[in-house]
Amino acid sequence: MNVIEATGLGKRYGSTWALRECSLAIPDGHVAALVGPNGAGKTTLLNLAVGLTTPSAGTVTVLGGAPAGSPAARDGIAFVAQDAPLHKNLSVADMLHLTRNLNLRFDQGYATARLGELGIPPDRKAGKLSGGQQAQLALTLALSRRPRLLVLDEPMASLDPLARHDFMATVMAAMADDGVSVLLSSHALAELERVADYLVILSRGSVQVSGEVDDLLACHRVVSGPDAEADPYVEHLDVVHALHSKAQTHLLIRTDRRIEPVPPRWKARPVSLEELALAYLRESDASSLPGPMRFQHAEPTEMAR
Amino acid sequence: MTALSMAAQSGGNTSARTVPWRRMAWVTGRQHRSTLTGVVAVLGVASVYLYFTGEQLRHQGFVSYGAGPGLSLTAALFQVIAPLLGAFVGAPVLARELETGTFRFTWTQGFGRARWAVAMLAPLAVGVAVLAGAFGFLFSWCYGPQIDGQYVLSPLAGTTFDLRGITLAAWSLVAFAIGVVAGILIRRVVPAMFATLVAWGGLAVATGALLRRHYESPIVTNKLTLPPGAWVKSQQWTRDGKPVSLSTVDQVLRQIGATQNAPGHLSQIPGSGSGIKGNTSPAQYLLHHGFTQLVTYQPASRFWPFQWIEGGWLLALSLLLMGTAVWLVHRRAA
Repeated sequence: MNVIEATGLGKRYGSTWALRECSLAIPDGHVAALVGPNGAGKTTLLNLAVGLTTPSAGTVTVLGGAPAGSPAARDGIAFVAQDAPLHKNLSVADMLHLTRNLNLRFDQGYATARLGELGIPPDRKAGKLSGGQQAQLALTLALSRRPRLLVLDEPMASLDPLARHDFMATVMAAMADDGVSVLLSSHALAELERVADYLVILSRGSVQVSGEVDDLLACHRVVSGPDAEADPYVEHLDVVHALHSKAQTHLLIRTDRRIEPVPPRWKARPVSLEELALAYLRESDASSLPGPMRFQHAEPTEMAR
Repeated sequence: MTALSMAAQSGGNTSARTVPWRRMAWVTGRQHRSTLTGVVAVLGVASVYLYFTGEQLRHQGFVSYGAGPGLSLTAALFQVIAPLLGAFVGAPVLARELETGTFRFTWTQGFGRARWAVAMLAPLAVGVAVLAGAFGFLFSWCYGPQIDGQYVLSPLAGTTFDLRGITLAAWSLVAFAIGVVAGILIRRVVPAMFATLVAWGGLAVATGALLRRHYESPIVTNKLTLPPGAWVKSQQWTRDGKPVSLSTVDQVLRQIGATQNAPGHLSQIPGSGSGIKGNTSPAQYLLHHGFTQLVTYQPASRFWPFQWIEGGWLLALSLLLMGTAVWLVHRRAA
């Protein structure tokens, strides 16, 4: 089952396309990270997935075929928007009561226990909580709905490092306990490295990279060697991003070989998720990067497997 | 394992279920508790004033208009009730959600955004209409006998017509609906409140000045005395079926030492001292000289038909506006 599947998805605001010809399919059971520069269309894609926005072109379905925004989709998806908007004048207990009244399922026991662990007093107004506590409250409300997919838009943007860690610990615990799938957008590449096992890179409103982190890491290498010998060597490589330093060239390349054979005086090493994401973010000109990891137009059966 | 239990296990049967409507009652009540408390408090104070004024007027037998509690002043003050209900209750309903961003939370819950909007707006609209309606009837009880018994002003005149009977409820409801629509279009509370006041004011003034007089065809008469409480729309002297200008009438009147300073206002020329010649009234004099006065008016007996007509179209407009708001919530892209 794909938790989200988009085909030719586009969203236009006025005359500008926030998202265009976006096709992707994310299988369930993952923590999928949505990465991209500001204005790449991350929030637009998430808003489309949770049904806050309607597409200008194409289709998006969730949870194995439910149209985004349909009752089944709303029931199975919990969304925490950027900056975790809450009714600031309501108490924590009232926010729980409100969320319980707005949903078919609400695990009051989980919510109470979770807020107790976090030390969030139920009679405190939501607006009086710290930023980290507000984010935790919003996350607790979302997880108490026992969703099948948790969508988080920039959940860590306004949190300090400790709060980030606690927040992601809660997410990972829910993932382990209930098997909830997670889709989150973030700029915090270092944090994602620990938690994400699926990566989607958006650039200028379309998908640049989409795949499981292990697969992506397996088919990318960094090769380094002397500048002078770079040119003839590069011709045989699928280079994503090149970096020059002190007469050395570092190339982030795509390869399908397990062990990359390199010329004498050249070295090959594995790539980290952060390096990989940065390389693609720097080389946002997608047209110059035809390659195996460019998302090909969906063969749904292939994807569903 | 049976097919039924498999379906139940997979959770696929939840798609047909929706969260029951009654669950929203608590949500709507909790989110608007303080606003409604404020409205009840303000209307309560005004009601206590109306109650004691009504008792006092009954004690006096409604003899003295102008002395004691002034009807015109009170009526003018109460004209703000409907627009303020629109601005303080109607405008924030959607604008606050949009301004604070909580719509991203509310609209993605299981309840559904269009249903949420209906469940939010319907009880508030009914509440506003009922509170304003009750206040309108209290106002009618307080001043109605004075207006209808003495005809110090026509019951159809804008001063009190939209505060009595059912129209205060209707004008408050339409103010609420205007506020709701302004809220979702402007998406910010304070500008939406101002827009509500302006839009409501425009509608109220246009209705009073242009629309209300056309609810039924006015009565045209050449009698000099009108039934009490008539709402006069125009007066015109004519001769041989043709309208006569003010100055012509004035010239004729000056022969007996009278003047017409405005349509319908005939009087002795100030300072002429000797009084009007011939011991006749200026109007009678004009009639004897072949003039006819045509008066167009709406009789006071049309008070209730006019109430139902105005209440009816305001209700229809309110429903249309609130329907638009729900549609916008359903359609509007975040």
